[in-house]
Amino acid sequence: MEKVQQISIFAENKPGRLDKVTGVLAENGINILATAIVSTNGFGVIKFMVDKCDLALEKLRAAGFTVSLSEVLAIEMKDKPGGLHEVVHILSGRGVNIENASVYVAESRKRAYLLVEVKEIEKARQKLKNSGLTFLGGESKAK
Amino acid sequence: MSKVRYWQKDIETIGRRALEELQLKRLRSSFGRLYRHVPSFREKCRAAGVSPAAINSLRDIAHIPFTTSDDLRAGYPAGLLAVDRNRAIRLHTSSGTTGKPKAIFFSKRDIAQAAELVARCLTMTGTGSGDVLQNMMTYGLFTGALMMHYGAEKVGALVIPAGPGNTERQIALMQDFGTTAVHILPSYALYLATFMQQHGMDPKKDLSLKRAYMGAEPYSEKTRLKIEKLFGIDVYNCYGLTEMNGPGVAFECLEKNGLHLWEDNFIVEIVDPVTGQQLPEGAEGELVLTSLCREAMPVMRYRTRDITRILAGKCPCGRTHRRISRILGRSDDMIIVRGVNIFPQQIEQVLMGIRGVAQNYQIVLESLDELTIRVEIARDMFDGNIEHLLSLKSEIVEKIRSAVLVKPIVELLEPGTLPVTEGKAKRVIDKRTI
Repeated sequence: MEKVQQISIFAENKPGRLDKVTGVLAENGINILATAIVSTNGFGVIKFMVDKCDLALEKLRAAGFTVSLSEVLAIEMKDKPGGLHEVVHILSGRGVNIENASVYVAESRKRAYLLVEVKEIEKARQKLKNSGLTFLGGESKAK
Repeated sequence: MSKVRYWQKDIETIGRRALEELQLKRLRSSFGRLYRHVPSFREKCRAAGVSPAAINSLRDIAHIPFTTSDDLRAGYPAGLLAVDRNRAIRLHTSSGTTGKPKAIFFSKRDIAQAAELVARCLTMTGTGSGDVLQNMMTYGLFTGALMMHYGAEKVGALVIPAGPGNTERQIALMQDFGTTAVHILPSYALYLATFMQQHGMDPKKDLSLKRAYMGAEPYSEKTRLKIEKLFGIDVYNCYGLTEMNGPGVAFECLEKNGLHLWEDNFIVEIVDPVTGQQLPEGAEGELVLTSLCREAMPVMRYRTRDITRILAGKCPCGRTHRRISRILGRSDDMIIVRGVNIFPQQIEQVLMGIRGVAQNYQIVLESLDELTIRVEIARDMFDGNIEHLLSLKSEIVEKIRSAVLVKPIVELLEPGTLPVTEGKAKRVIDKRTI
């Protein structure tokens, strides 16, 4: 299975922080595939899935941002009522807790992925073997 | 442990009794000269009912009125000279945060004596002929750099009078001439290490540094250990003030456990900062110093505003001059929040002991009952998980609360947000108007 990676950026809650981050990505021709912002009183973490992950990491660091890279599970969802529920139901049934999630729409009205952050990714993978879920980046339906 | 070396072994290891006899003799002489030559001081003594004839033991020093920085300022520009001004060969000023500076005069003998004391300190910590001392303190009206300079020359070290700032040139000098010792501000040492790392250098491997002398700015034991680790060196605390010659009043020996205060040159007292009452040995309070060998401008019972305590017991190095603890704070710097006295150093001590915290922080006071601490996180602690940030924040809140008894508001900041200076770091921002 190909690794799906997500970039996290530490940001103080103050005007213009997100603007600066997206500016760096835009200048370097990096496409944002999915976004999530987790924030609390005072600071937050901005998360991106991008097309050129290594380049984004390098450019953001050079611009002085505090950045880290982590792996996520990218699970295909069907575009029909109950599509998200189907995925989430399987995860909960197998004891995989969602720490954080965002959605990546690969092709409008055709394919979308739920990007899931979990505590221990290898354990979660084991639990999801033969679950019928399809993951982004190959080894499709693990049966 | 390196071998113990002395500059003036006889006086450094003098017996306590002989030392006290010497102190009394010198006190009577200094007090007498000041009393005879400085009318304002004489009037103050008369009002307090004390004259040189009343000094029969060291204990009688408690009858002599204190000298405050305001007293020294009031004498500006004449200074409280005990000799004819023609005998003074040097003027230094000590800046106040407000108003006039203090004029401090030195005779030829005073300069030589100050250099002697620094020579004792440097020898005690292993600096001598063959060493290269790069002096990164400010040369000028401030005594810090000059007195260290003279003392270092006296022990035969090669002195580089670099002065502060211009970090790239500092590093080039250190590398080109194999600098083994530096006299530097702690905040600048931290800055220097960060600067080197950012430019792909390792302060531990790419310098020949063995030791650093630090003072002039309060810093915690944790910061000392951090700097020692970053550079792979020994850091020695030094203490001095222009009113008492400059650096070399008290200095750590190889034990790095308290600063030997040269009691043949100064009488040390610790007093309650509010009442001025002498405190028993070991108690924390304001350091009060009396100069014993200053010729041009002796100063009696000077209120330094520095908070410390006397460390009881003998030092393994054999020196008999008592030690004071590192400066715990300035009685001026003390901040009061919800009626609790807090020294910024207490907060620094806590922060430097927490993993995930970078070197820079700021204490912000917006009201009388709120203590806000702004802390930069360490770049390598960030793993994208907000839970980890939240637990770091609550760890800081809890540890500070248990150290200073006030629950702070903690703000986590991106690394590099707070201003980094090449001079003294401004740690406390007081926005209160009362």
